[in-house]
Order: sequence, then C-alpha cells, then structure tokens
Amino acid sequence: MLMKYIPVFKGFDFFPHDLNLPFMKFKGPALAASIIAMLLSIALCMTLGLNYGVDFKGGSLIELQTKSGNADISSLREKLNALGLGNVQIQEFGTPNDVLVRLEEQPGGETAQQPAVQKVIDATSADFVQRRVEVVGPAVSSELRMTGFIAVAAGILAIVAYVWFRFEWQFALGAVVALTHDVLLTAGIFSLFQLEFDLSTVAALLTILGYSVNDTVVVSDRIRENLRKFKKMELNQLLNLSINETLSRTILTGVTAIAVLVSLYIFGGEVIRSFNLAMLLGVVIGTYSSIFIAAPLLGYLGVKRDWSDAAAKAVAETKASRAKA
Amino acid sequence: MLQFTRTKIILILLTCFAGIAVAMPNFFSKETVASWPSFVPKKQLPLGLDLQGGAHLLLAMDQDEIKKDWMNNLRDESRKVLRDAKIGFTGIGIQGSQLVVKLAKPEERDEAIKQLHKVRQTIGSAVLGTGGYDVDVSAGTDPGTVIVKPTEAGLRARISNAAAASIETINRRVNNLGTSESTIVRQGADRILIQFPGLKDTKELKALIGETAKLTFHEVHPSLSAEEAKQTSIPAGYKIYPGDKSEGPSEYLLREQPVVQGDDLADAQPGFDSRTNEAVINFRFNQSGARKFGNFTKDNVGKPFAIVLDNKVLSAPVIREPILGGSGQISGSFDVDSSNRLAVQLRSGSLPAKLTIVEERTVGPSLGADSIADGKRAGIIGGIAVVILTVLAYGTFGIFACVGLVVHLILTLALMTLIGSTLTLPGIAGLVLGVAMAVDANVLIYERIREELRAGKTAISAIDAGFQRAFVTIADSQLTTLACAIIMFWLGSGPIRGFAVTLTIGILTSIFASVTVVRLLISFWLKAQPKGRIQIVPV
Repeated sequence: MLMKYIPVFKGFDFFPHDLNLPFMKFKGPALAASIIAMLLSIALCMTLGLNYGVDFKGGSLIELQTKSGNADISSLREKLNALGLGNVQIQEFGTPNDVLVRLEEQPGGETAQQPAVQKVIDATSADFVQRRVEVVGPAVSSELRMTGFIAVAAGILAIVAYVWFRFEWQFALGAVVALTHDVLLTAGIFSLFQLEFDLSTVAALLTILGYSVNDTVVVSDRIRENLRKFKKMELNQLLNLSINETLSRTILTGVTAIAVLVSLYIFGGEVIRSFNLAMLLGVVIGTYSSIFIAAPLLGYLGVKRDWSDAAAKAVAETKASRAKA
Repeated sequence: MLQFTRTKIILILLTCFAGIAVAMPNFFSKETVASWPSFVPKKQLPLGLDLQGGAHLLLAMDQDEIKKDWMNNLRDESRKVLRDAKIGFTGIGIQGSQLVVKLAKPEERDEAIKQLHKVRQTIGSAVLGTGGYDVDVSAGTDPGTVIVKPTEAGLRARISNAAAASIETINRRVNNLGTSESTIVRQGADRILIQFPGLKDTKELKALIGETAKLTFHEVHPSLSAEEAKQTSIPAGYKIYPGDKSEGPSEYLLREQPVVQGDDLADAQPGFDSRTNEAVINFRFNQSGARKFGNFTKDNVGKPFAIVLDNKVLSAPVIREPILGGSGQISGSFDVDSSNRLAVQLRSGSLPAKLTIVEERTVGPSLGADSIADGKRAGIIGGIAVVILTVLAYGTFGIFACVGLVVHLILTLALMTLIGSTLTLPGIAGLVLGVAMAVDANVLIYERIREELRAGKTAISAIDAGFQRAFVTIADSQLTTLACAIIMFWLGSGPIRGFAVTLTIGILTSIFASVTVVRLLISFWLKAQPKGRIQIVPV
C-alpha cells in the first residue's frame, strides 16, 4: 500500500505542557481590565464615533484607475472640488495608479445621488477608468445599519442559546460577556483609529463571534469533563487546569488562523483588506476573552459540581416522579 | 473508532470521488470544460458580480406616484359612474388620501354609495378569508358627501402589481441591451433588484430604466392657450402641460383625458425623417388604438393635437387629414441614441411609476479579474502556511490532516457547485478561513491524542480516545459557528450572504473531511504498520 511510502515522523510538540500558568490568579485584574476596556470602547464609539463607510452612512464611492502612469491626486482633488459636491475625499488605494473617491451623501434625497456620481465620472473619464462604483441612498443605508446591528445582536443571542442548551446557564453568561467584549473591543479599536466600518466589518464581527465562541466552547467542554473527573478539586484550580490543558490547542489554532488572515491581509487585495483587519483583531481579542473572561467568570458564578451519570439520573427521576405526581 | 466496515470505506471513498468529479470543472477554463465528453460534470461555480464585474442596481418605485395615479383614476371613474347613474354632483375632489364627492341632492347619498361600489375591486382571496375591497366607499361627515378611500390592503396590492409590471417592463427593455443573463427580482414591497453581470457601462442601462416612457396623445384646447387659461381659469377636464422643446410654446393647455395611450402601440422603431433629416420614431397602433386615433383625427381635421411623453409635450402638430392607417411619426429633439432608446422603451411598455436607484454597486471587469488573482494568491499562500504549520506540529499525522483539508476544500467547492451558489470575493475569504477552522478539528484531535499518550495510554487506545473525546468538542464548536453563519445568511445581503454560504458549507464538510477521512487514513496507516505493536505515534 501507499501508506508504506509516507514518511513516519513525529511532529514538533512546541508547547511545554507542564507550565500550569496561574491564569485564575489574574482573574480579578483581567476582568477589571476587560471591563475598563469595554467602557472605554463604548466611550470611544460615543465620542469619536465609528467611521461609517458608504454602506452605513450613505453616499458614493468611486474607485478609479489611471489609464497610464501614476495618479495625480492633487490635480484630481482640484478638479473634483470644483464640481461643488460637498466634501470629496480622495485617497490612494493600494497602488499609485488607483484612487478612491468618496462623496458624502448629497442633499436632496434618493434622486440626488446618481447625478453627483455621473458628474465625477464625466469629469474623470478622460484620464481614468472606473473600476468600481458604489452608491447607497439614504433609505438603504439606514436599513443596512439596522440589519447590521440586528445581525450582530441575533448572532450573540443564538450562540448564547446554544451554549445554554448544551451547558449550564453560567457557561452561557460567561459566553455572552466574552462575546460582547469581543464585539465592543473590535468596534472600539475601529473607532480609535477611525477605520472604515461597513458591511464587511459586520461580516467580520459575526465571524469573530463564531471563532471566539469556538474557543470558549472548547474550554467549556474541558471544564465539564474535568468537573466529572475531579469531583473534589477546588473550582478555581479546576478552571485553571482546564485552561492550561487546552492552551496548546488554543494557541496552535490561533496561530494557524492568524497565518491565514495575515496572508489574506497582505495578498488578498485592497477590497477586502478592512474585513481581514477586523478578523485579525477579532481572533486575538476572541482568544484572550475565552481564556481571561469566559472561564474565570465561572469562578465567580460557581457551577454545578455533580456531573456524574448517577446524579443526572437522579435529577431525571425526580423530574419524572414530579411529572407523575 | 478506528475500525471501518467495508461498506463504510466504500461510501467514504465514493463521496470523495464524487466531490472531486463535481468540483473538477472549477479548476479549468470554460473552453476546456466544454470540450470534455458529455458524461463528465461540467457545471462551474458562477462568479459573483464582484469577481466577474457587473452592475447591481436596487430600484425603488415611487409609491406617491402610484397613489396619485390611482386617485386620479378613481376620480375619473367615480365621475363616470355617477354620470351614468344620472346622480348629480357639484364636485369631486382629491383631499389627501381620499376622494370627496359632493352630491347635488343629499337625499341621493345612499344611491350614490351603491353606485360608487362599482369602482372598487376585490382583492385577496375570499377562500382564505383574506378577501376585501381595494376601496372603501362611505358616507362623509357633511351631509350630501361621499368619501371614496383606498384601503391599506388595496394600496399594497396596487404597489405589488405595479412592481410585478415594472419587472416585466424592465425585462423587455433590458433584453434590448443584447448582453445575456441579467436577473431582475422583486425585493420587499416596492423594490426591484437588477443584477447584470459583465456590463461595462451602466449609463445606457440607467437611461433605459430611468424613464417611465408614458406616451399619450391629447386633444389641444381649441381656443384657449395656456397663458390665457392661467390668467382666467383652467376649464374643467383640462390641464397645463410643459413643452419639451426650445421652439414652440413653453406650455400647452390639453385635455387631461388622453385620446390614445402608449398601451395601444403595436410597434415603435427609430427612423429618419427624409425631409428634415431628423431622428424620429415611427410607430404603429394596434387595432383599437388605430380606431380611436382614426376617429379622433377624422373629427378634428385642421386642429392641433399633442404628443406627450412623461407629461411633457414632445410636439403638437396640426391634423391635416384623418389618420386612419394607425401609423405615424413622432418628432422631437431626438438624436440617434435617444430615438433608439425611446423606441425600445415604447415597444417595451411604460413603467407604472418612476424608479429611483437607491443602491448601486458596479464593479469593472478589470477589478474583478484582479480580485480573483489576489484571492487565488492569498489562498495559496495561506494554504501553504497552514500545511507547513500542521506538518511541523504533527508530523505524519499532520500530513493526513492536510489531505483532509484538501478533501474539505474540494467537497466545499463541490457542494457550492451543486447548490448553484455564486463565488464572491468574501466567499473566497470564507473558503480560506474555512480551511483554518477545519484544521482546528485536527488540532483538537491530535492534542488530545498527545494528552492521552502523556497519561500513559498505548498508541492505539490513545488514538482511539483522541478521536472519541475530541469529537464532542468539535461538534459543539462547529454547531455554534453554524448558528452564526445561518444568521449571517438570513440577515445579510449580497456579499455577506456569499460569505455565509461558504462558511456554512465549510463547517458541514469539515466534520466529514477533517474527522472521518483523516480517521480512515490513520486506520489505513495503522494497518500498514509492520506486524506487532506500533513503536511511536507520529503525532
């Protein structure tokens, strides 16, 4: 068989498994830091605000490429400012031949947007080719904002419902705090650096939710298993053990995901760069929150200790007898 | 866990081969695939607009216009109904969203209400108990008045019908652009989504759908001009229309009820007037249109009539002789492009209301091609990174995991091809991320095997336990991600949906590819080991 020709060698177990890092010792400061970070993020979003992209703010985005040579941004700016379309943003996009032109939403409602874009295209068509045009009117942008918000909220709720169903309420509460933390912090960083926040950022947030809860579930699973295995172990010690036991997996999976995302970020093109940036941030934040928020919260909340089959049976029997009565 | 029955092995292998067969065409160009023998699957994943270039336009219908048109119609019909029933009235006026009829004799009100019931139409289904009328006719608060008021359901039905009619019309108009496979679908109550792959210039498309192209022929007031009417009073049944041309009067006083409408056109073609060398439109009426137009011109020789497009007077020629053949010519200030376009619009029929573009996303073909190239490059580099990391970390078993990843990728592509989803740029990102998440399953299993080995288990039982114990975790974590993906699909639009679809399919296939297939590979490997105990577990 072919199997004979496959080289047999052991992998490099990079992770020192006997570290037993005292995560739970830092649960107080870690939670405090997380809460402060969350509050800061909220404050940032409320003061600086999010830099909404065309999707959420309305307006137009036109990507242009020069027909030859580098784009002369200052002369383009002069030309477009003369059109009287309010604040026109022009930036280089990826390469020196590509520019991105952003128009703010034109006053005059839905019908006022298209003529403005046409003006820009007419003014630039001699030197530039249009690569992309996105125009979002006032009605659609407010709808997209709404659905984006609902999608993230519904995502958190659906995950929490699942975790609650599979584990105990304490796990679900830990998960919801961790997920809210991830979303808030990512939004906070987007606000701090005024990165563009649009539909693809929302998709990234949802994916981050998925990734983060993935991490949380892996740790929770181990906690549940250890609760069955070590019935008498002190809870904080048990949580610490579970985090440590899954740490090698957490890190390896995180490194793989980050490797892929970095490659997407560098080589994947300008169009999805903001999406990939959000994902990168989210993976790091999500990994942190699984270790430092979701599991430590259980230390505060306490958790059902008897997970044995006998106990489960006893519970089921009392339920059944109650139902009979 | 490591024992597979023969049937199971065959089923797993069959699934893999079927996946390869279905996914295969995606790796070749369209031309190559076309030359394959007929029994080979040929279906390729269609590329989204962001990858192949094209236009995505979301149009909103002008609801107010539909409402206004309807109110005008109701007024005309009510007037006719009351006249036919010989019920006198002193006025019928539109007040806000209702029609107020003032009767000459208040005692005729009950009869008037009975007669006015004729203007309402049933909507919905009587069988389902949702039946009703589109208009409420009731007594007004003032004596001798009747209120005719459209119902909510009636308005919804109107808008729904108008949207359906608009889609038909747009379809006919867009077909004239010559390029293929546009999709035009309804979205919500009053919106229409047009997706047009491969379209290079949206200007023509926007111009084609930008006009309602309502063509009407009107009688011009025989004696009064628009100026005079403005100074005195506008006679009943007449209305002032703006002119379209620089020459001639700027406004016309026309009878509001048109003689013939664009619906009665049988054909419209662009042409040239041989005398003036101007671009014109030659049109032909259908039978009923020809009869109406013939009768009108016969009775009005020597008088002018007006050709009105979208409420603007194109021209107002004088009728020299009765036009009985049912064909004619429209001149206006056309150039070749605009006469071509108008001919298409007239042939395709008018839109019930004006459409406004509320969202546009257009991607040029060059950007699409760049995006594909970028996506491929990033995917390959990302994939290589994953392979290196996995093999470094898990040795021989890492190689098996990578085989699992390849199967995962192929099956994901195959399923996407089967369900006919489109591949978008976020979709490519989803594929690559899916690989990163699928490898998580293997990481979980292998870390578990290592743990069991450290706990002193023998090779076989450690491998066995690794798969068994990790599976619960894998299922849990994948299902929660699945919940996220489904919500993204449910709430997301366009690109987000593409991403959600790939993510969902990726999750489903990863359990098979990264768990079952890898387990099978490991069981083959174990069997191929020299007799006796395995010395090391290559993980």
